[in-house]
Amino acid sequence: MTTTIVADVAIIGGGPAGLTAATELASRTSADVVVLEREHEAGGIPRHSDHLGYGIRDKRRFTTGPRYARRLVDEAVAAGIDLRTETMVTSWDGTDMLVTSPTGRARVDATAVILATGARERPRPARQIPGSRPAGVLTTGELQNIVHLHHGSVGKRAVVVGGELVSWSAVMTLKEAGCRTEALVTRHASPESYAAFNLGGRAMFRPHLVTGHRVVQVLGRHRVEGVEVEEIATGRREVLECDTVVFTGDWIPDHELARSAGITLDPGTRGPLVDPLGRTDRDGVFAAGNLVHPVDTADVAALGGQHVARSVARFLTGEHLPNVSAVPVVGEAPFSWVTPGLFHPQFAPPARGRIETWVDEFVRVPRVTARQDGRVISRRTLPWPASPGRVFRIPWSVLAGADPNGGPIHLSL
Amino acid sequence: MTTFDITIIGAGVVGTAIARALSRRELSVALVDSAADVGDGTSKANTAILHTGFDAKPGTLESRLVSRGYALLGDYAAQTGIPLERTGAVLVAWTEEELGNLPGLREKAIENGYDRCELLSAEEVYAALPSLGPGALGGLSVPDESIICPWTPSIAYATEAVQNGAALLLRHEVRGVEVGPDETTVRTSGGDLRTRWVINAAGLGADVLDREFGYGRFTVTPRRGELLVFDKLASSLLDKIVLPVPSKLGKGVLVSPTVYGNIMLGPTAQDLEDKTATNTSEGGFEFLRSKGERLMPQLFEEEVTTAYAGLRAAVDHGDYLIDADAAQRYVLVGGIRSTGLTSSMAIAEHVEGLLREGGVRLEPRVEVVDPPQMPMIGERFLRPYQREDLIAADPEYGRIVCFCERVTAGEIRDALTSTVPAVDRGGISRRTRATNGRCQAFYCGAAVDACIATVGEESR
Ligand SMILES: Cc1cc2nc3c(=O)[nH]c(=O)nc-3n(C[C@H](O)[C@H](O)[C@H](O)COP(=O)(O)OP(=O)(O)OC[C@H]3O[C@@H](n4cnc5c(N)ncnc54)[C@H](O)[C@@H]3O)c2cc1C
Ligand SMILES: Cc1cc2nc3c(=O)[nH]c(=O)nc-3n(C[C@H](O)[C@H](O)[C@H](O)COP(=O)(O)OP(=O)(O)OC[C@H]3O[C@@H](n4cnc5c(N)ncnc54)[C@H](O)[C@@H]3O)c2cc1C
Repeated sequence: MTTTIVADVAIIGGGPAGLTAATELASRTSADVVVLEREHEAGGIPRHSDHLGYGIRDKRRFTTGPRYARRLVDEAVAAGIDLRTETMVTSWDGTDMLVTSPTGRARVDATAVILATGARERPRPARQIPGSRPAGVLTTGELQNIVHLHHGSVGKRAVVVGGELVSWSAVMTLKEAGCRTEALVTRHASPESYAAFNLGGRAMFRPHLVTGHRVVQVLGRHRVEGVEVEEIATGRREVLECDTVVFTGDWIPDHELARSAGITLDPGTRGPLVDPLGRTDRDGVFAAGNLVHPVDTADVAALGGQHVARSVARFLTGEHLPNVSAVPVVGEAPFSWVTPGLFHPQFAPPARGRIETWVDEFVRVPRVTARQDGRVISRRTLPWPASPGRVFRIPWSVLAGADPNGGPIHLSL
Repeated sequence: MTTFDITIIGAGVVGTAIARALSRRELSVALVDSAADVGDGTSKANTAILHTGFDAKPGTLESRLVSRGYALLGDYAAQTGIPLERTGAVLVAWTEEELGNLPGLREKAIENGYDRCELLSAEEVYAALPSLGPGALGGLSVPDESIICPWTPSIAYATEAVQNGAALLLRHEVRGVEVGPDETTVRTSGGDLRTRWVINAAGLGADVLDREFGYGRFTVTPRRGELLVFDKLASSLLDKIVLPVPSKLGKGVLVSPTVYGNIMLGPTAQDLEDKTATNTSEGGFEFLRSKGERLMPQLFEEEVTTAYAGLRAAVDHGDYLIDADAAQRYVLVGGIRSTGLTSSMAIAEHVEGLLREGGVRLEPRVEVVDPPQMPMIGERFLRPYQREDLIAADPEYGRIVCFCERVTAGEIRDALTSTVPAVDRGGISRRTRATNGRCQAFYCGAAVDACIATVGEESR
């Protein structure tokens, strides 16, 4: 017989967002919280991201991914949550939620659900890059799984595709595995998009930066022998020799369950459309972490989980959460997404009081304009640049003057 | 050195089907392939349709064997658990010319012994295919056209053959043959073999091997077909095969559900020279995108899960080239271009007939095994992770390793220790689907490799 897991809150995904939400709920409310995690250890991506750069904003520490992950797990367990690993939610139609684990099949019966299933990098086929299918084509996720969790080897000479923060994480992991990064290929025009690493990363690793290029083909029959790249401006092509190619970044939320449950997606993020409280359009279903902002750093995902947990706590006590028809918030180019995608003056601000956005091009001095029905609500010049490959944050207050009965709010740069 | 009665060169879907049939006779059988796994050539990269043969060239051997193979493999699939779904197909006409061709196609189907095609109005086409792009003028239904798992048949046939005593010699590349008066010596990279009869089922390599027997009767041209496989989240767009109206250029591009729950678009058709050119190309992708956006505009809103290419063994001959040379105790099974998955069991039956005519005694083996039970990898059937009973008996069936495809540690272990075991990631993916999902190994690649390494070590 299929058993039933009963809880006040079921959290799907035990990464930084899910674990932090669980700890918050378990330590501040009397709710029964179960975290369902499909991997044999909770912690999410940081488990295999074995380098410094974690925990700054939430833990006020500068630590490694695995240490950070362990700390989040320990805190959640200490707070008394029911953490179930090797437990995967395999289907959910919005009502019936089923899991599989080595102990069998089970049904989940929860008053509230937090989706915190994270995001993954688009693998090569999803980027529609043709060529042969040799060994040695990886994503950062697979690379770090191989190197840090399974202590396996990769090749000797790699090309890393992508110009995001995560691309540097791949470079570091390759180095640790004894594989030299021959080149970093990005379609972005200037190495400015690597600004964050201009100091540390570039000096330390000195890979050849191939900017303004796209990969047009993977070469090699059994093992990767190279990638063909094209200069976007001129169409000129050349082959970069390598035995490993890592496709980094280019995130897509793991939105399978959200979609199968019929939850409305945000066309920009492709994750669930959420309001500043983290609510989806399905009553009692919330979302947090990289699922709603593909992709931000772990500490921000964690703080987002904590923020959403507070909304869930209010929901559980039956406290009135604003039930209003919200105004859509839409990003114009160069924004490829903005979240939260819904505004209403009755909503408290989102986590950290910030709108999170992603841009397609580098803007050194970003001047953010919010418009509604052709009217400028606000204009604000921000002191930090907008850079592709990492989240660009905008104070929620830029929306303050919006009309709750007006049309969509458009953000532009 | 033992002398085999029959040596089959090529362990694709055709060679394995022949090996299965002959293993059920009182014969000693060897099945030889240069690859490390069965079904690792063209048989692993096709469009996976079990054809009724409605559009074959009437009167050909191919027409007869496709329609017979359809029935045989349909039954075998039911016995062994090869995923098969009887979805039906609709040929869609987009031009007046295509529309005008439909009645003729229906006539042709009848000549091929298939009389269940119906002409459809544009409204009926859209009722059957609500997500089809605009502009369809009409259609023809083929209610029995079906989708099947392309990988399990070869593995099932080979499993049954090996369980009946056939010798499966993988990583044996045939480099030459010497035909003697009573026996033939087959020279392979793994040593010489002696055999009375040789069956050439070498697919793309069949012409080269045929020359070893002194022939020069045909040349295989690799005709590449590229395909895109879309995310399973696209599956609600389509529950039937959408076929183009055949033209002089071949069968054209179709869009179809797969038994794994994806949607597939392809294939292209491009004649090449390199028989190893299974790479995809920029031109191929562009072509598929332009076709696909017209056929089903919403398709490209979903992610592409994978892309691959297969090489049809095209020959300059309008039919299968199956021929026995009793003097040299040699059977050629060549030119099995684009229907070999469907016809495989019928080809085997036909080859048995040729052997019998050539004087080979085909006594039924006294003790034969039952058809094997294959792992269930079809999306619309009960998979191990959904089975309370299996997990209770062995928790490894509840330990999901490949999350996107819900493949468990138990299934991966089974694939590595089965009669015809997987030896690498490709073999695992064809037996279990692990790593074939939307993340393409982002989450599970390293874990799958680790299973291969540990189980491999234990069994070594
Ligand atoms: C290579 C790399 C390097 C990075 N470096 C840094 C860094 O230096 N500093 C930093 O702050 N951030 C870094 N990040 C980003 C950080 O790891 C992520 O932002 C963070 O992990 C997001 O947390 P999350 O909880 O939203 O998602 P995840 O960590 O992805 O967790 C999601 C969890 O949900 C589980 N799950 C999904 N679906 C199901 C299901 N159906 N059933 C059960 N469980 C499920 C998954 O197994 C996973 O454990 C890096 C990311 C990568 C990929
Ligand atoms: C794009 C495409 C779509 C198709 N769609 C369909 C479909 O929908 N339905 C359908 O029924 N059919 C379809 N087909 C056709 C079907 O895939 C083939 O007819 C079938 O796979 C042929 O099987 P085979 O065993 O003859 O060849 P293969 O699978 O190529 O097997 C031949 C084997 O011989 C081995 N070999 C060759 N030379 C040597 C040597 N010298 N020594 C040792 N071993 C050797 C090779 O390693 C190989 O494993 C399609 C084909 C393609 C390419």
